[in-house]
Amino acid sequence: MNPSVDALRATFGNAIGRGLESCGDTIVYVARDRLLDVMRWLRDTPGEEYDYLVDVTAVEYRDRERPLEVVYNLRSLGRHADLRVKVELDPRQELEVQSVVPLWRGADWLEREVFDMFGVAFQGHPDLRRILMWETYAEGYPLRKDFPLRGRFSRAEQVHQALAANPEAHYSMEELSIAEAYQELPPDMRERLRHGERGRIPESE
Amino acid sequence: MKRVIETKEVAGQSPNYLLAKMQHLVDWAVNSSRANSLWPMPFGTACCAIEFMATAASRYDFARFGMERQAFSPRQADVLICAGRLPFKLAPVIRRIYDQMPQPKWVISMGACASTGGIFDNYAMVQGIDTIVPVDVYVPGCPPRPEGLLYGVLLLHKKIRGESLFDRVPRRDEQPLDEHGLRLPPEQIDEVSEPFGNSIHQFRSA
Repeated sequence: MNPSVDALRATFGNAIGRGLESCGDTIVYVARDRLLDVMRWLRDTPGEEYDYLVDVTAVEYRDRERPLEVVYNLRSLGRHADLRVKVELDPRQELEVQSVVPLWRGADWLEREVFDMFGVAFQGHPDLRRILMWETYAEGYPLRKDFPLRGRFSRAEQVHQALAANPEAHYSMEELSIAEAYQELPPDMRERLRHGERGRIPESE
Repeated sequence: MKRVIETKEVAGQSPNYLLAKMQHLVDWAVNSSRANSLWPMPFGTACCAIEFMATAASRYDFARFGMERQAFSPRQADVLICAGRLPFKLAPVIRRIYDQMPQPKWVISMGACASTGGIFDNYAMVQGIDTIVPVDVYVPGCPPRPEGLLYGVLLLHKKIRGESLFDRVPRRDEQPLDEHGLRLPPEQIDEVSEPFGNSIHQFRSA
């Protein structure tokens, strides 16, 4: 068992849930509202120094009673130590958890992917949009257990919505490399980009 | 050539006559030119694209069949080869590429996924690119071997040689999407997207 778990428990007390070891990896459960504090402590405390966020992902179990888990894989590049931090979310309530983007900039797209596939809202994320599915995708969150394998809409409706999408619609102005040349673009292109070609986003209406 | 030009024996005279219909000659010339210089537009999305590359490389070398120049621009392409599965996110992209290609144009659907969705009978995948663009030749296989793709190309040659400039070929008209933004009627899309084979045993719907 990774000694970080005992150190965490000594520092945060009740906010640290059970810790267990699985296949040589240490897993520690953390209370949802203390996540950001715990993560900051793990990153900045001398002797812990988990400076690399390897992955953010989520798990929903077949057993409906079990909570949905958001999983953070941490690694200390200097100490060669790994730690897996999990946060449990009740799927019957709002799926919300604090974003760790302020700590690790690289969490940006990882959290967007979890949002896209599971619908977990990361509070404080700078740009929480879908990343794999297109932004106007309206069928829900594909990796949730209540999501039908073939999607919620008929195939004809899916093809219809896909063909109606704009291939350029997946980029925001900031992502386009021409962002800094915005003022020099032809007026019609500027107009198109200003309105955003991302189409109607269902949740925003 | 044999079909186009008839030779006639005229007794006591040599050389013999060559008789041909002007129409047939023109068709023969045009179709041979088209068939023997098909410029492919590779649309490779998955493992089929690896086989496609093998087909293009020296061992199989589809330049032998006039596909010397791969057009990575749709404006200079004759045949769109969709090699690999097509997710819904790429559907408007392949449609735009198809629309940008000048007539005459053909489409080869390479592999099980491009033709039917293959094993990917799920929420993200187009169940056959013929719901998006018209397809001339379907090459089966997962992925097809280079020989399979070359056979498909030769079948396309055969198809091209059968066309005539003088009969109206509906495929040579531009086929824009209908007023609903679809290529096929919705019922037909639902019908061709029905699960078949092993995927009818997949029950994971809520």
